[in-house]
Amino acid sequence: MSMSSGPASGQAVAIDPRRTTRLRLGDRETLTGLAFVSPWILGFLLFTAIPMVASFVLSLTDFDPRDPAGTSFVGLANYERMLHDPLLINALVVTARFALLIVPASMAVALGIALLVNSTLLKGRNVFRTLFYMPMQIPIVASTLIWIGMLNASTGWLNIFLGALGLPQPDWLNSQTWVYPSLTLMGLWGIGNMMLIFLAGLQGVPTELYDAARVDGAGRWATFRNVTVPMISTVLFYNLIIALIATFQYFTQAYVISNGRGDPANATMFFNLHLYREGFVFFDMGYACALAWLLFAIVLTLTVVLFRGARSRVYEAGGNR
Amino acid sequence: MTPAVPTLDQSLSLGSPMRRQMRKFTASALVMMLALAIVSLFLLPLLFMTSMAFKDKIQLTTPGAPLYPAVPDTFAWQGQDYPVYDVPMEDGVRALALVEAKREESTFIDPADPDAGPILWEGRWRTLDQHWRFSLDLRNFGTAWEAIAFPRLLFNTFVIAAVGTIGAVISSICVAYGFSRFRFPGRNGLFLVLLSTIILPLQVTLIPTFAVFAALGWVGTWLPLIVPHFFANAYNVFLLRQYFLTIPRDLDEAAMIDGAGPFRILRSVIVPQAKAAIVAVSLFHFFWAWNEFFLPLIYLQGNRDLQPLSVGIAEFNGAYSTEPTLIQAAAVMAMIIPVVVFFLAQRAFMRGVVITGVDK
Repeated sequence: MSMSSGPASGQAVAIDPRRTTRLRLGDRETLTGLAFVSPWILGFLLFTAIPMVASFVLSLTDFDPRDPAGTSFVGLANYERMLHDPLLINALVVTARFALLIVPASMAVALGIALLVNSTLLKGRNVFRTLFYMPMQIPIVASTLIWIGMLNASTGWLNIFLGALGLPQPDWLNSQTWVYPSLTLMGLWGIGNMMLIFLAGLQGVPTELYDAARVDGAGRWATFRNVTVPMISTVLFYNLIIALIATFQYFTQAYVISNGRGDPANATMFFNLHLYREGFVFFDMGYACALAWLLFAIVLTLTVVLFRGARSRVYEAGGNR
Repeated sequence: MTPAVPTLDQSLSLGSPMRRQMRKFTASALVMMLALAIVSLFLLPLLFMTSMAFKDKIQLTTPGAPLYPAVPDTFAWQGQDYPVYDVPMEDGVRALALVEAKREESTFIDPADPDAGPILWEGRWRTLDQHWRFSLDLRNFGTAWEAIAFPRLLFNTFVIAAVGTIGAVISSICVAYGFSRFRFPGRNGLFLVLLSTIILPLQVTLIPTFAVFAALGWVGTWLPLIVPHFFANAYNVFLLRQYFLTIPRDLDEAAMIDGAGPFRILRSVIVPQAKAAIVAVSLFHFFWAWNEFFLPLIYLQGNRDLQPLSVGIAEFNGAYSTEPTLIQAAAVMAMIIPVVVFFLAQRAFMRGVVITGVDK
């Protein structure tokens, strides 16, 4: 029976012409569709799927790009090494510590500014939106250089202002304590995307809900807590995931402030900087692959845990999309 | 529909409409002040950068120097230059040129009115503050321009970003068209895989890709930074597909009846209709590539002639960290083009963020 669908049997069996055309059209549609999608499929295989498998295989070896022929299989040694790598423990602690600071801070500031530039009381809202978004467009290396200057202990304006107010003037980027608030300040400058996504969420809240809340006599805070927050929970959740992933991928700013050394005293040796050094400074690429898989496991776990936790808390308008 | 305007009497006696208007006005003014305060804080680092970039380095280490770019003021009188000081007088502080300095009393000339003759001032001139004159010093830009070989960095950045963008946009248009207009088995599954690549950390595929590019002899060239973009990427495809889905299919069908094939339809129906989205994707991709630091860092390590601006100015910062005025001039040079383009095309940028961020 399955043979009868072959092209050779076409003459022998009488087929409903309408059926054939539809089938052939379908076939043609499949081929055309796949042809258009093929650049991505090819790219996915070449630059994602195959390298992923290769990366796992390499993580079981002592691959060194300067001597690829001398690569040998080392089993789980690279993964075992993680347990005794004090720099890795440090990198995880440092990254988590920074995440606990920058993720809530940037979400709060982005939401606050989104509320501000969404307020009907504000004139010239579009101008403000553009200005708040703009630092996002400054290349990260350039914005990091600007902040290195701003935070300079003696010539930076932050300390000049603090001094004028009679407040203590920390050596921001060279202090193991103050370097995290410094990097958070830098990060807050780039909340443009987050703000716009919050803004779109806020604009999607039906005004009837606010009217209803007013009729019920709800105050500002109650309205925000019981109407706004649940209605924008999807974008809150999206921004949270993106911010967390970004923190675990944090690299450029950390590299630029200390030329890739992780100063002061490894306080800025974030996970990705550690991985970069293992792979591209010490050329221990087998270990770097193992670290990359650890990173992937962390990101995936965070995403899954958050999705689980969010399912009950996130309100989706209209059920689904 | 316009409400009856209450007369003055009425509003005074009833109170409420006028008072409500007053309250609204006050609230509006408060919100505006808050917004202005926050936006000033936001823009302060830019003011800092600009001010630094135009300063002579000496100004940073001189006590009492202002925050804006300035030089110690001098006054030329009878063929000689005299320093200008802020001198406290009975009628307030005046900026006067010191022509004859003695320990306990000195002679000054008023630069605004030199013909009035010398002014004798009692007191120690060494306790006086120098008078600063606003002055832009352009030398930092020249020095930084030479030191980082700015034209070459700009050229490298531009070529890497432009070629990559052309590849990314053309391939992403094709892929988005495939996903939005054709039904084929496994389409939804493939699209889900495409979206999930967004959360896949780059590091997971980094090292094998690097090893392959190294084996091909591509490390130390622009190819690893350009070629992968010719295979579409999730962000671009997603944004374009969302947009393509809003274009009515009637237009495709009309073209199909006229005998147009899928490529013709893409070229003469979809692309012209989706111009706004294509512009947004191109701008995004171009400046994303302009901004990219990690990949050029690893692929062009040690190959200074091919580096883009991002890597070049980071290296410059490492070498000249004791010259903050030069660093800020380099920062100005690195940011000026993306920021100017942003102001020219801000609508396209900001709309694009919202489409990719919210529709998912």
